[in-house]
Amino acid sequence: MWRRSALAVLYAGVALAAEPKYKLGRAATAEDIAAVDISVLADGRGLPAGSGTAAQGKDLYFRRCSKCHGAEGQGREEGGPLVGGKGTLTTAKPLKTVGSFWPQATTLFDYIRRAMPFDRPGTFSNEQVYQATAQVLFLNGLIGENDVMDAKTLPKVAMPNRDGFVKDPRPKVK
Amino acid sequence: MRKDRRKFLGAAALGGALAGCASKEGAVEVTEEPSLLGKPVGAYGERSPFENVKRHLNDTKTPQAASSRTPLHQLHGIITPSALHFERHHSGVPHLDPAQHRLLIHGLVERPLVLTVAELKRLPSVSRVHFVECSGNTGSEWSPKGAPDVQRGFGLASCSEWTGVPLSLLLAEAGLKKEAKWMLAEGADPCKMSRSVPVEKAMNDAMIAYAQNGEAIRPEQGYPLRLILPGWEGNINVKWLRRLHVADEPFYTKDETSKYTELQSDGKARIFTFEMDAKSVITSPSGEQKIGGPGFHEISGLAWSGRGRIEKVEVSIDGGKTWKPAQLQEPRYSKAFTRFRFPWEFTGVETIIVSRAVDETGYVQPSRQELIAARGTNSQYHNNATKPWRVAADGSVTNVEA
Repeated sequence: MWRRSALAVLYAGVALAAEPKYKLGRAATAEDIAAVDISVLADGRGLPAGSGTAAQGKDLYFRRCSKCHGAEGQGREEGGPLVGGKGTLTTAKPLKTVGSFWPQATTLFDYIRRAMPFDRPGTFSNEQVYQATAQVLFLNGLIGENDVMDAKTLPKVAMPNRDGFVKDPRPKVK
Repeated sequence: MRKDRRKFLGAAALGGALAGCASKEGAVEVTEEPSLLGKPVGAYGERSPFENVKRHLNDTKTPQAASSRTPLHQLHGIITPSALHFERHHSGVPHLDPAQHRLLIHGLVERPLVLTVAELKRLPSVSRVHFVECSGNTGSEWSPKGAPDVQRGFGLASCSEWTGVPLSLLLAEAGLKKEAKWMLAEGADPCKMSRSVPVEKAMNDAMIAYAQNGEAIRPEQGYPLRLILPGWEGNINVKWLRRLHVADEPFYTKDETSKYTELQSDGKARIFTFEMDAKSVITSPSGEQKIGGPGFHEISGLAWSGRGRIEKVEVSIDGGKTWKPAQLQEPRYSKAFTRFRFPWEFTGVETIIVSRAVDETGYVQPSRQELIAARGTNSQYHNNATKPWRVAADGSVTNVEA
């Protein structure tokens, strides 16, 4: 009899390890998650419905982006350059832009949606984010003016510096 | 009666000064005995009006996306006062009501969870002393010119006692699925600053902090919740934490691709470079200070490593030709500032003073030349080179241009 109860305690212990111990907080609902989940992965998971082209984004870029990033994406004091820098990464003055440095096109969508425009972060609709993303990629010569950017096409944009990143070799190498 | 006593004290002070043959300026001044009472007790303390130590602010058109720097040369011991902890914001400091704030844990977990700040505070807590250092700290030193003083050169590092809940405890509550490898940590600031954190670190020594130096975290440091990843670059210690999204891959956010990656001379960039390597700097005397004439001076400074405890700090007073061990302040905490002190007789002859840290892994802080030989000069972040200061014959201290 004692053996059986010892066994029961053991099983209970195993079950408890997989169960929450403190049981604080509440279960997040699908609505809770949807309200704040703006994560995007490099393979496109998390990209929302909607689409946009550079042609559609030209006016938006002019009105809301060019003040800081320049009319052609060349950058100004307030905002970094988005365009140019090809072939500069091994020189004494590397110019790190979306075209010359960023490894993933999805990062551009994610960042614009979170953080742009600078003075009103997060106020673009998903359509506007796709349009602004398309315009910046177009200014870099990476897509055509009428190429449609959406959850399927954006992750496939060939970023020139996609293979330009290496694992941290420290502390073996300084 | 009172008057008599005052007279007596004055005479005694004068007599003492004469008897001791103190220098002309050395006479002890007698403060008038106050006839009025001082300030009453107060609900929240302030520093003396004679003290005005400040963070250094850069001139910028976008002060919401900027940094302020800790005056390391004017602080003592190892703890940075919360009001002087360096800042780096990307869209300004949000105004967050702790009663409304929530932490969501979701993605590859068995039980997605929403926690209030009050619920987090009920859980088993830990307090630990850790530095936070922006990986852009000391970026000035990649250029031969360097920063003129320790605040502008090294002030993107601060050290606090943080209190909060071990993240491993929260992840056990949520139940990690076996595919879980990374998690997005996201702030509730206007730009929703976000970084990918490996599950291994999250389960090791990560903490969801709600207190800093004994009181609630300051708004500019992440109130009400901040992710603390001990020893890792400042940016990934996400402030105003609102969400942890567990996934099988990193998210390649803007702040782990276009920023906070290190371009090497071959054009490749190191990515996910988290640990802050061992570093030290002499804070006193340091650039733009002037010490008194020849005679005794205490050299003092700070050392820290993102890989553990500081094991040894050596100081050279002859520009790196010879090195002697400095005294280390105890206790030495892991991944925290360690204060070092070194007695010094200044002879009045121009010289160069420099410190060098060794951490418990045996890693030795490199010189600028060694660092550049390994990485080139385009790395931008993670500069942990030794820092020499020139002390001129007249006692003025300046940055040594490489």
